[in-house]
Amino acid sequence: MGNSYNRQRILILITFLFIPLGLLGLFTYYPAVRLLYLSFTDWDGISKTVNFLGLDNYKEVFTNPDLFGVFIHQIPYVLGGVLQNIVAILFAVILNSRIKGRNLFRVLLFVPYIMNGVAVAFMFQYVFDTNNGSLNALLGMAGLSSLQHSWLGDTSLVNFSLASVSFWRYMGYTMIIYLGALQSIPGDMYEAATIDGANRFQSLWYLTLPSLTQVIQLNMFLTLSGALAVFDLPFVLTKGGPVGSSETFLLKTTETAFTFNNYGLASAMSIVLLILTVVILLVQNVALKRRGDA
Amino acid sequence: MITNRKIDPVQWLKYVLLGIASLIVLFPPYVVVLNAFKGPDESSSPFALPASFLNFENFRIVIDKADILQAFGNTFLVIAVSLVGNIVFGTMVSYALARIAFKGKGLILGLFLFASIIPTITTQVVIFSLIQSLGVFNTLFAPILLFVGADVLQITIYLQFIRNIPEELDESAMIDGASLFRIYRSIIFPLLSPATVTLVILKTINIYNELYIPFLYMPKQKLVMVSTSIMRFASNNQAQWSYICATILIIMVPTVLLYLFLQRYIFAGVTNGAVKG
Repeated sequence: MGNSYNRQRILILITFLFIPLGLLGLFTYYPAVRLLYLSFTDWDGISKTVNFLGLDNYKEVFTNPDLFGVFIHQIPYVLGGVLQNIVAILFAVILNSRIKGRNLFRVLLFVPYIMNGVAVAFMFQYVFDTNNGSLNALLGMAGLSSLQHSWLGDTSLVNFSLASVSFWRYMGYTMIIYLGALQSIPGDMYEAATIDGANRFQSLWYLTLPSLTQVIQLNMFLTLSGALAVFDLPFVLTKGGPVGSSETFLLKTTETAFTFNNYGLASAMSIVLLILTVVILLVQNVALKRRGDA
Repeated sequence: MITNRKIDPVQWLKYVLLGIASLIVLFPPYVVVLNAFKGPDESSSPFALPASFLNFENFRIVIDKADILQAFGNTFLVIAVSLVGNIVFGTMVSYALARIAFKGKGLILGLFLFASIIPTITTQVVIFSLIQSLGVFNTLFAPILLFVGADVLQITIYLQFIRNIPEELDESAMIDGASLFRIYRSIIFPLLSPATVTLVILKTINIYNELYIPFLYMPKQKLVMVSTSIMRFASNNQAQWSYICATILIIMVPTVLLYLFLQRYIFAGVTNGAVKG
């Protein structure tokens, strides 16, 4: 019997893993390796022949301010993301306390995450529209006409407007992750803290936040890597405009490939983005480990 | 604990904050709902109430002009086929990883994990020519091929579940002479159904909301999906806010309803995948 099961085990391993690993290889690792290869060439997407350029594409990425420089446009997303985590922890703590209607609020704050992203984008186009938009109308009604702006048309505002949409959409999601982590902190730890005379803020600061470290790390990774890879919102709402002020690195990458047929340069940009994502992950891990050892 | 009858300012502050957050969440959809029912002669002020909430004229026009029915049909088909394959592959990988000891298990998990941090849009630069050479460009198979593969979130959730299924079940089935495939199909797969339900819901929402893959691989008019339908329609109809609002509503309602009825599973999936993943 043992023998026949050993044969079966090998058979199952091969048959059960073959297609899923094949798909993973074909649509993730083959493209990643080919990106790396193409990043050293001048491939235009059609030609059978390619010229080897060495590191020229990478030089171009880092020295051309139109390429690497667009990361400046993504700073508002980073700031919005950090704020989003702070607000999400706040609401997770609130919803983890004894409060009426907590399920209603939980459901409501999470709902933006469920909505179709393109529909959300157009919904906010209506919010931000200069002439007919609801935000300017609201400001007008509140007697704050001086605050009315062309939210998506002003080069210094557009990225903050877009980042706020991202905040609106993902705050509830981040909150739910924190809430899940909070609920796994045993209640008797709080009782013990209360008996020892800790007030609410002391138990928040010394008990709740330290237990959240790992989840904060995960969420910050999601937030930062998300901010590096911003795409959908500017792609739908502004197409990178006005005058390129809401271009993001990923938007540039797809344009470089699909509009200007410079697949070599686009590949180098993709690799740079991938490396930056990995660097964030490593830095966070190292930072957390060091704190754990201390 | 001592019950306190006087009003607790912290408690009060909590409700104020929750109230403000709720208003911010509801403000954009509220304005969309108001304007989706407005006729062409009605006030263009975003806060003016429509003459009637039973005026479905905009919806009728939009369903026709934005190819909404076609979009829903294609989206449903892509979701159904992708998910059947995805669930079969995901459970198979997880079963093999959880129940069979072999070298390279950690490597396989690592490969799935690392794949999840590669920003998906970056690899499209290469996948685009791959999809073309496979001959599936401008067919529904393009998104299906890209959605059908197993992913790390799914494998993590399944692995947690399988580890909670006692191995004695497998062993007693072996004593009865059941094949490993039969154990997978008749014991493991059915016992994974709570996780499968959660994953089906989460993935349905993800595919429904996906924008770039249908945009890139299915430019053909007939292959419109939900996300691309509203994009095409809006770019052809600048400024017709009442139409765009109607389209937004039609597209948002299905996932929101799904969420309201099945929230338990969605929350379980989101927290499980994140906290233990």
